[in-house]
Amino acid sequence: MALSDKELKTLTEKAHQIRKDIIQTLIWSGGGHAGGALSQADILVALYYKYLNIDPKRPDWPDRDRVILSKGHGGVGYAPILADKGYFDKELLKDFNHTGSPFGMHLDGLKVKGVDASTGSLGHGLPISVGLALGARLKKKDWLTYCIMGDGEQNEGTIWEAAMAACHYKLSNLIGIIDNNKYCIDGACEDIMCIEPLGKKWEAFGWKVIDSDGHDYTKLCPAIEEAITYKDGPCVIIAHTIKGKGVDFMEDVAAWHYGGLDADKTKKAIESIDKMYANK
Amino acid sequence: MAEQVGGLTYTILDADKMTAAEIYGDVLTQIGGQRPEIVALSADLAKSTKIGKFGEKYPDRFFNVGIAEQNMFGVAAGLALAGFVPFVSTFAVFVSMRAGEQVRTDICYQKLNCKIIATHSGISFGQAGTTHHCTEDLAIIRSFANMTVIAPADGFETAKAVQASVDWKGPVYIRIGRGFEPRVYTDDKFDFTIGKAREMRPGTDVTVIACGTPLVGAVDAADFLKKNDGLSVRVINMHTIKPIDREAIEKAVMDTRRIITFEDHNVIGGLGSAVAEVIADLGKGCAFKRVGIPDEFSPVGYPDDLYHHYKLDSEGIIDTVREVMGKEFEEDEDWQDEF
Repeated sequence: MALSDKELKTLTEKAHQIRKDIIQTLIWSGGGHAGGALSQADILVALYYKYLNIDPKRPDWPDRDRVILSKGHGGVGYAPILADKGYFDKELLKDFNHTGSPFGMHLDGLKVKGVDASTGSLGHGLPISVGLALGARLKKKDWLTYCIMGDGEQNEGTIWEAAMAACHYKLSNLIGIIDNNKYCIDGACEDIMCIEPLGKKWEAFGWKVIDSDGHDYTKLCPAIEEAITYKDGPCVIIAHTIKGKGVDFMEDVAAWHYGGLDADKTKKAIESIDKMYANK
Repeated sequence: MAEQVGGLTYTILDADKMTAAEIYGDVLTQIGGQRPEIVALSADLAKSTKIGKFGEKYPDRFFNVGIAEQNMFGVAAGLALAGFVPFVSTFAVFVSMRAGEQVRTDICYQKLNCKIIATHSGISFGQAGTTHHCTEDLAIIRSFANMTVIAPADGFETAKAVQASVDWKGPVYIRIGRGFEPRVYTDDKFDFTIGKAREMRPGTDVTVIACGTPLVGAVDAADFLKKNDGLSVRVINMHTIKPIDREAIEKAVMDTRRIITFEDHNVIGGLGSAVAEVIADLGKGCAFKRVGIPDEFSPVGYPDDLYHHYKLDSEGIIDTVREVMGKEFEEDEDWQDEF
């Protein structure tokens, strides 16, 4: 499973395209959760273009791997990937956020193919993921459940209820990935409600903790592989990311948690993304 | 003298009444034998809620997630998404409020095939006090889209509701008491259809609509009033609060023009409100009274004392029917001409 140079190139090119698709979707939607969509992008690209056992032609295939985007506000960054994988026509994203559209800022699993659970209210994804992982075990199936959480979301008590349960049930078929971009809506996590020492907290709850860069595939992919092969219990990857990654005027700016783009900002955003990938 | 029964200490008198009430645990266990997709969840109340019986028989399909109700409903949602039919049981107060958002968003919004058995509803857990009473759940839960809401009257009807819920598509909320309530039915030989009210007594003077524990008092009151007051009291068992049987209510308006509702719930938002909505939609004049907990936090007390205090026992129901029948009610001459 080791990352080959060719795979690295493929993932990098895909992430480049997806970041531009996210900007395009943000324009169509009239605004969205830009910062988090860009910080989670490389995590989702790694999963969807290298690791997941899925079949977009059969979105309800019972033995597929599950992805629960517990940080449901990342929908505007998730839908372009699902479209690119072929779950639905990319053209449909032109209606994102519009009245009557199946796509809202928090994706509805009953309306958007490829979405395994409707999320949006924070702290709900990990309990659902625990249920899915228990379900896979009960059915004696080896599909995996990936739960993508936010770092601000770590404030929610239900994360820790579910963390306790996942350890109790020794759910080695459950992988948590925290998009640790260091910001929630109102500012930096450490200023609003400190979540550190995050790794020690997860360790204390009985999880194997893997610290990784959340953008560099040469680090992120081995982390995911270690989590997949770990069989003694649940595993969480704390993926260190940058909010707004790739768009220089959004990076590490809390205000870009949610925002809209005019023509000038769109041009600058695309230029910034192209510039970042020109050096890769 | 007390003995340990069902995880809590009750008097011998309670234990004597248990048999019918305990049926649901047995029924679920029986259904579990035929339906491998059924799983059960508890939050450290396996014994108190009787769902532990299923766990004893099918330990692999039973998950006691500890004292974490919000997580429990999320886990149930995940199991439903994986193709199972979870039966989840805890006290009503924890379902509707502690984990209300998980029930709404994780289960109802996703139309998941999850069945909830909420025990100790209303004031049935009398001595435990307000923290463990739940007189708000019908109001809260029936406002969740996609949810079916049932309030069975006794153990036999609970068993019927559990059976009916298995093949009923989507989430179902079954609200029961502490499990020691007196029986209304003497056996299980009666029809139970979700959404279809059951006429327990025919009547033409006044209609009493009840659900849950107060139904037994309503039936007794109707029999008493027939014998002693010559009153013809129709008693409707509105076991399904949602979807409510509009036809039965509309018929009661037209036939008896007087309706009184009795419920172990705040008078705001529960059975009485649901019935009032149907009457208001109908637009026909009708004498109407709601009896329940009058928008206050219920006090500590033995359940029987509390039911008496809130006029939800036969004596209270007799008083209320007499009061409503004694009032002037202006009959509309042009009844059939409206609308």
